[in-house]
Amino acid sequence: MRREPPQNIGDYAPLLFPAAMLTVFFVVPFGTMIAVSFFQRQQGGFYMPAFVFDNYGRFLSAFFGGVLGFSLMLAIAVAICCVVLALPFTYLLTRTARSVQVIWLVALLSVLSLSEVIIGFAWSTLFSRTAGITNVLVALGFMGEAKALTPSFGAVLTGMVYQALPYTVLVLFPALVRLDPTLTEAARTLGASPIKAFFTVVVPALRNTITATLIMVFIFALGSYLLPQLLGRPQHWTLSVLITDQAIYQSNMPFAAAMAVFLVLVTLGLVALTVIAGRRGEAA
Amino acid sequence: MTSVFRRLYFFLIALFLALPLIVVAGVSVNQKQTLAFPPEGFSASWYGEIFSNAEWRNALAASVTLALLSAMLAVAIALPLAWFLWRRVAPWANIFQLLGVAPFTLPPVITALGMLTFWATAGFYGQPWTAVVSHAIFFVTLPLVTLSLGFTSIDRSLVEAAATMGADESAIFRTVVLPLILPYIVSGYAFAFVLSLNEYIVAYMTVGFTMETLPIKIFNALRYGYTPTMASVTVLFVATAAVIFGLVARFGDLPKLLGAMASDEK
Repeated sequence: MRREPPQNIGDYAPLLFPAAMLTVFFVVPFGTMIAVSFFQRQQGGFYMPAFVFDNYGRFLSAFFGGVLGFSLMLAIAVAICCVVLALPFTYLLTRTARSVQVIWLVALLSVLSLSEVIIGFAWSTLFSRTAGITNVLVALGFMGEAKALTPSFGAVLTGMVYQALPYTVLVLFPALVRLDPTLTEAARTLGASPIKAFFTVVVPALRNTITATLIMVFIFALGSYLLPQLLGRPQHWTLSVLITDQAIYQSNMPFAAAMAVFLVLVTLGLVALTVIAGRRGEAA
Repeated sequence: MTSVFRRLYFFLIALFLALPLIVVAGVSVNQKQTLAFPPEGFSASWYGEIFSNAEWRNALAASVTLALLSAMLAVAIALPLAWFLWRRVAPWANIFQLLGVAPFTLPPVITALGMLTFWATAGFYGQPWTAVVSHAIFFVTLPLVTLSLGFTSIDRSLVEAAATMGADESAIFRTVVLPLILPYIVSGYAFAFVLSLNEYIVAYMTVGFTMETLPIKIFNALRYGYTPTMASVTVLFVATAAVIFGLVARFGDLPKLLGAMASDEK
């Protein structure tokens, strides 16, 4: 059967339900959110239709600048940690037996699907004074007494790397599976050690993939909305946390919406960059 | 040398991924209501608590119902769309493919806030079914990607043979396409189900004040009083995810499924 253009109006029928659902429940809500970002806030958590830029004007404050700067810095740190950890791991994983791969993939998917609530709870327990890792160190004699490691920046970073690492591996996996094994074989034949072959052949060959992965993990980390709240102090809050906080607890929907629109623009800009990096990769 | 290095590296990554879960599993078997690790005494009563305590049981029921229904709706949206895009040449229809992938690519808080403003404006804010629709849209990406992949793997000459033998469009779909695509429907459903079960922010922003799903319940427990039940629920979640993905791997081609998923997402 060849693919053919729709002959008559009836051929469009299958498209009707999906198109209607996606339009009504994604495009319209998105539009609503953009509209609300220009609305005027009123006392008591209500807002009324208007067309004001006040909500965007608040971006110009030092506080907002600080939060934005911290969010970007945190997401960059998470992306770098994840790619550095995941790249050798994924490379080695693609060179193991299929059955081993499947077990790892199941484990990675299970961790990836975990709720941020659960990841936050698990790490706050691991970093707590009563049930935490410091108790093990005390038992082994490395530390005098157990102490809490959270809230702290390190805890936030660890939690977010934990959340994003399986994602990073799964993004890298297809590119590394397709990597021509003769490349490294050639390097090995010419006398390079496995580690040298990895850094001089695999890494350069995957330059564009690595760039694209860094950006994708960065976007993923930018979306983390609970871990900075559960594992960090208020100064570790990110844009996503702030949006949730404004929408739910401060009842300032217009400002929350304006921040969300801003976050979309940042994300879309980065997706465009990823696509460009991907195109260059195909051309090369 | 490589294999020693590989074992060590795999072990360290496995330890990192498993450590918090080991601690949580330990906490979940405490005898008393403390979050101690190593556990003091042994008791499985916190697992019973999930089912015997009405609050946790209701949260469990709410989460499972939400996940079952929203995954079903997500598949119902994705299947005709993926089929149409495979069957027809209609480049402009790709816009819907893009719309289907967008909610999952953007930071989740954006979809959540969009849904919140939408349901509030439409006057349905807080109704349980709004969470089903919201989750279905949020997770439609997963069945859409697995199904698109599934359709590309169907040999078009099979369909042509059926048409030559006189089968009409609906008979072809029922007898040829559907059996071939079924594994992809199941895995798409499974992915959407597990993720919906774990989802917090969209559920919280749409029905957070009227309905408690398990992640919402855990979050509330985090703020207003710890109990080992949180740990036992976490263990239950991890086990559920592992079993479901294990089944997908057992009956489908997981490496292939993931190989295409990530390259589609780019």
